[in-house]
Amino acid sequence: MNQPTTSPKPAGRRKFELDPRFQSYKGVWVFMEQNHGEIHPVSFELLGEGRKLADQLGVELAGIVVAGCDADADRFCAEAFFHGADLCYSLTHAALTHYRNQPYTQVLTDLVNRHQPEILLLGATTMGRDLAGSVATTLQTGLTADCTGLAIDLDNRSLAATRPTFGGSLLCTIVTLNYRPQMATVRPRVMSSPVRDTSRSGRILAEHPVLAETDIITKLLEFLPDDRRNETHLPFADIIVAGGRGLKRPDNFRLVWDLADALGAEVGATRPVVQAGWVTADRQIGQSGKTVRPKLYIAAGISGAVQHRVGMEGADVIIAINPDPDAPIFDFATYGIVANAMQILPALTAAFRQHTAAMKKAV
Amino acid sequence: MHILVCIKQVPDSAQIRVHPVTNTIMRQGVPAIVNPYDLVALEEALRLKDRLGARVTVLSMGPPQAEAALRKALSFGADEAILLTDRAFAGADTLATSYALASAIRKIREDMPVDLIFAGKQTIDGDTAQVGPGIATRLNMQLLTYVSHIDNVDLERGEITVQRRAEGGVQVLCTRLPALLTVLEGINEMRFATMPDMFRAARHPLAIWDREAAGVTDLTKVGLKGSPTVVSRVFAPTPRMHRAEIIQTQSDQPDDLVATLLAKMFTKFPDLRAAVRPRCA
Repeated sequence: MNQPTTSPKPAGRRKFELDPRFQSYKGVWVFMEQNHGEIHPVSFELLGEGRKLADQLGVELAGIVVAGCDADADRFCAEAFFHGADLCYSLTHAALTHYRNQPYTQVLTDLVNRHQPEILLLGATTMGRDLAGSVATTLQTGLTADCTGLAIDLDNRSLAATRPTFGGSLLCTIVTLNYRPQMATVRPRVMSSPVRDTSRSGRILAEHPVLAETDIITKLLEFLPDDRRNETHLPFADIIVAGGRGLKRPDNFRLVWDLADALGAEVGATRPVVQAGWVTADRQIGQSGKTVRPKLYIAAGISGAVQHRVGMEGADVIIAINPDPDAPIFDFATYGIVANAMQILPALTAAFRQHTAAMKKAV
Repeated sequence: MHILVCIKQVPDSAQIRVHPVTNTIMRQGVPAIVNPYDLVALEEALRLKDRLGARVTVLSMGPPQAEAALRKALSFGADEAILLTDRAFAGADTLATSYALASAIRKIREDMPVDLIFAGKQTIDGDTAQVGPGIATRLNMQLLTYVSHIDNVDLERGEITVQRRAEGGVQVLCTRLPALLTVLEGINEMRFATMPDMFRAARHPLAIWDREAAGVTDLTKVGLKGSPTVVSRVFAPTPRMHRAEIIQTQSDQPDDLVATLLAKMFTKFPDLRAAVRPRCA
């Protein structure tokens, strides 16, 4: 890979005067996504990022809580404060218990129009993307999807949102110049979660929007929960062992599973391996798969193509095993072993099993 | 029933390469394909047509070459195809794109009311998943994204029941037509076009609409002018700039390499010791 561009061309940094009707827009908002009584972890990750943006701008960070009852809403607000919010707008109504596009779009756009934030962040989940698309269109403002980096351009207080494009082969930075709020969605696990500080608190601005169930056209008939036993927990795994095409044959992938068992780790894979049918699609890591940030990531037979890298470079420690000393994975891994993964994986499995046995004895 | 399917012609992103010196996209030789997620949407529309009878119209916005994408859709069994093409639409972001498409759909509705609009989950070039929700919002239609199954379409009552992917499970939702659906991959398997269908598609007249035909009057709402977002910078991902520490031993035997690695790693990152929690055999 070539040298990074050190002096970006300031194409979007043209001088401009913000339209007077937007000058009152102040503050950073994070939409607190809740599903069945629980806040989605991406909302905490956004609060962590939103805190930095708000501090840079010298404004407050608000959590937007939408819930079916006050008890739930109060609990969600407390969590938002623990994770960095200064205040929360709390919107409760029985019709808002479960997500539906129409009522959520209505209450959120109405809140934005009345309280005028300059930045509004949502998780790039099935809910966040559905809601953000509708809200941005209703407000006639810019929305940048699936961002991997957010920063403030202090020259004009604009949000510079960076996202992968063309399948992850390039990154682009997008700004929303003369429209407010500036909206962005961020994928789960791209940002790190802030430390939960239960000594923090904040102001709650509670509202009870006027909604009538009879006006809401879409009805939720049923919720069918997923079978949790078969679920993979890649995004929140502490250790991941991932295999790529360098393993050569599907039966060699067994070595990845063996090491994962010895570590209590989850198994991940690159896109070619998933496409070849060696593992199921829910184990794909990268641009078109999942984003992960484990403590330890072991990449076996993975070259480190950009499409894979964007999904795993947030790992604390990366061990790369690849016979090609020039493989791009060695440019960003922590440790590298230049060798055939088929020989190293069994040795690693044995060594970690020994380590566990030694730890047990020590206790 | 009249079903509209929105499709986009995209470069096959799997084959895109970045020029190592100039950091620009090398488009030469990269084939243009129909966005794969849009084909899933088209197939779902065609299945409803097979089951319930319907007219299926495909709509695309893009340069004149996007005609190829529409002909492909016709060969699978779509009845009519409309290409929205005008220099004024160039450089549009998702907000400006949904404005032009919604405007064209209003024109289509004058001819024959639209009951259902299908769109892909997202495109493989932009990956935004924003144009579908944008169109639904502009046309004040009910929006059902990430649909994993269509349970029922009741034309008499004008209702549709679907399963929608959500966090931790599936929502079963019933809504009133007209509605806009974006569908997930894996909901169906694409059919093959037959020879006669391919011939029909090649001969079939295509409707080519410019901004006037699409009913776009406000030019500040389309193209670059109508786009609130601006790309300020395009760049290649920066390497972490600290190369991996390559583990070497005198023997370079797997066991020695691994022992050295673990010793180094557990010294520098002692927290990792506790993270290892093997599963019972």
